[in-house]
Amino acid sequence: MALLEVTNLVARYGRITALSDVSLTVDEGEVVTLIGANGAGKTTTLRTISGLMRPASGTIRFDGRDITRVAPNEIVRAGIGHSPEGRRVFPRMTVRENLELGAYTRRAKDEIAADIERVLTIFPRLRERYAQKAGTMSGGEQQMLAIGRALMSRPRLLLLDEPSLGLSPKLVQTIFEVIRDISARGTTILLIEQNARQALAVASRGYVLEVGRIAHQGAAADLTASEVVRAAYLGGGA
Amino acid sequence: MTLFVQQLINGLSLGGIYALIALGYTMVYGIIELINFAHGDVYTLGTFFSLAILTLLGVTGIVSGPMLIVVVAVAILGAMLLCGLTGVIIERLAYRRLRNAPKLAPLITAIGMSFILENLMQYWKGPSPIPFPQVIPNPSFAVGAVTVEAKQIMVILLAVVLMMVLQTFVRYSRLGKAMRATAQDKDAAQLMGIDINTTIALTFLIGSALAGAAGFVSGVYYGSTWFFNGFAAGLKAFTAAVLGGIGNIAGAMLGGFLIGLIEAMTTQFIGDQWSNVVVFSVLVLVLIFRPSGLLGESLPNKV
Ligand SMILES: Nc1ncnc2c1ncn2[C@@H]1O[C@H](COP(=O)(O)OP(=O)(O)OP(=O)(O)O)[C@@H](O)[C@H]1O
Ligand SMILES: [Mg+2]
Repeated sequence: MALLEVTNLVARYGRITALSDVSLTVDEGEVVTLIGANGAGKTTTLRTISGLMRPASGTIRFDGRDITRVAPNEIVRAGIGHSPEGRRVFPRMTVRENLELGAYTRRAKDEIAADIERVLTIFPRLRERYAQKAGTMSGGEQQMLAIGRALMSRPRLLLLDEPSLGLSPKLVQTIFEVIRDISARGTTILLIEQNARQALAVASRGYVLEVGRIAHQGAAADLTASEVVRAAYLGGGA
Repeated sequence: MTLFVQQLINGLSLGGIYALIALGYTMVYGIIELINFAHGDVYTLGTFFSLAILTLLGVTGIVSGPMLIVVVAVAILGAMLLCGLTGVIIERLAYRRLRNAPKLAPLITAIGMSFILENLMQYWKGPSPIPFPQVIPNPSFAVGAVTVEAKQIMVILLAVVLMMVLQTFVRYSRLGKAMRATAQDKDAAQLMGIDINTTIALTFLIGSALAGAAGFVSGVYYGSTWFFNGFAAGLKAFTAAVLGGIGNIAGAMLGGFLIGLIEAMTTQFIGDQWSNVVVFSVLVLVLIFRPSGLLGESLPNKV
């Protein structure tokens, strides 16, 4: 049984249909990537999974439980962490407060402290900025904070929406290393990326979204090799 | 000089009431970006509720000894509780379903809520001023030529203490952090596991309860009230919130005391009829030079 199972998802913004038919699964321990052009519906898919958006139809099951119309604050408790598009850190709170809020669903103070320590070890930059207001940090630093904050709920499934967007090539490398590391420690990941080549390199499987529906899917290596995907998402050659 | 010091004290006590009301405006604006026009009327309702509680207790004049503490505590806490619940009900019935509507819709609704409350209060107690019993013995102290009344000290102390409690709550408690997170980014707050409906209801509860406390204090301070009392006071308190930096708790407090001072000084040295002109001129001037208010932060809300 898949950890996450999305079936025939349809989602609309008023009269605009953003998702017309999305089905995908993520197994425990996997890294799965969802790629697609701008406006294809990647963000909408993640927002619907984490309950920020109500689907018009379709079902979402997590760990066997139907979470299709469950409130977002309950979905976090069920075990899904979400680092959203645009980072969305709390700008007028410090790095520390942002990380503490990431652990809002948890009570054990010492475990939370240990997890903050772990995040600061993954992202040493955040340790230097620990008492700084998140809104005054650089985009890359905010991205690290957004990922670290999502880890603080100890999710079984981590949703990452374009974690490398707008970062320097060096920082992009760091982020992908961190994704590998998080995965190696046992967290299942559903990753959205513009950077399709790199995403397919860390993922075991991938889905290609085209205007609201899944157009291709398969093992990451097969997608990387596929002519259609290469032409549309991997910038042709190399 | 004597006149100045006298007006300083008068202004601070007047400002204490504005400050307590301003806290509710600023908290609600901070969390859902709504100017809650009904808030001034919740404040008047606080005076009405206090009066009803005093009547129930059979209090019609000055109470002394230990009974004074009991009576004041029951009246204040009762008014806070009833106003708090009123605020929660207003949010639930009128504002919640409009949360994702264009900004104008909840604003007009808030004006409508204000009319409804005013009319209900007029129906309850009639259109004329209503006397409020002098519950508190009010000895005054002469400091040189300046007179300080006990009730003035009470207003100032109550406002400062309540603000400090609120500030501590918002800054350090779990729910306070949830309120700040919800104010800064509702989607992100939900992704943290925060129930934003509960958090917003809590904000209305606290803000309206503070207006309830202000309502009791104002009854004692002025010795009377009427159903329309909250209109002018609400407008001044809202101005105070904007002056201090809307969304900012310490700012609301500072703004409240400043507006009280400006009003007292203008009344004394320029003339009663000029007080509104001066208050709003100061507001305009401050906003020209500091658009986010005296203590408002200008960090981006959304990234
Ligand atoms: N709030 C909204 N209101 C109306 N339409 C929206 C809204 N958000 C997204 N859309 C539309 O829904 C479709 C899918 O958007 P979505 O943000 O999911 O795309 P995406 O794949 O994440 O794109 P990008 O790569 O640019 O982030 C787009 O056509 C978009 O214009
Ligand atoms: Mg997107």
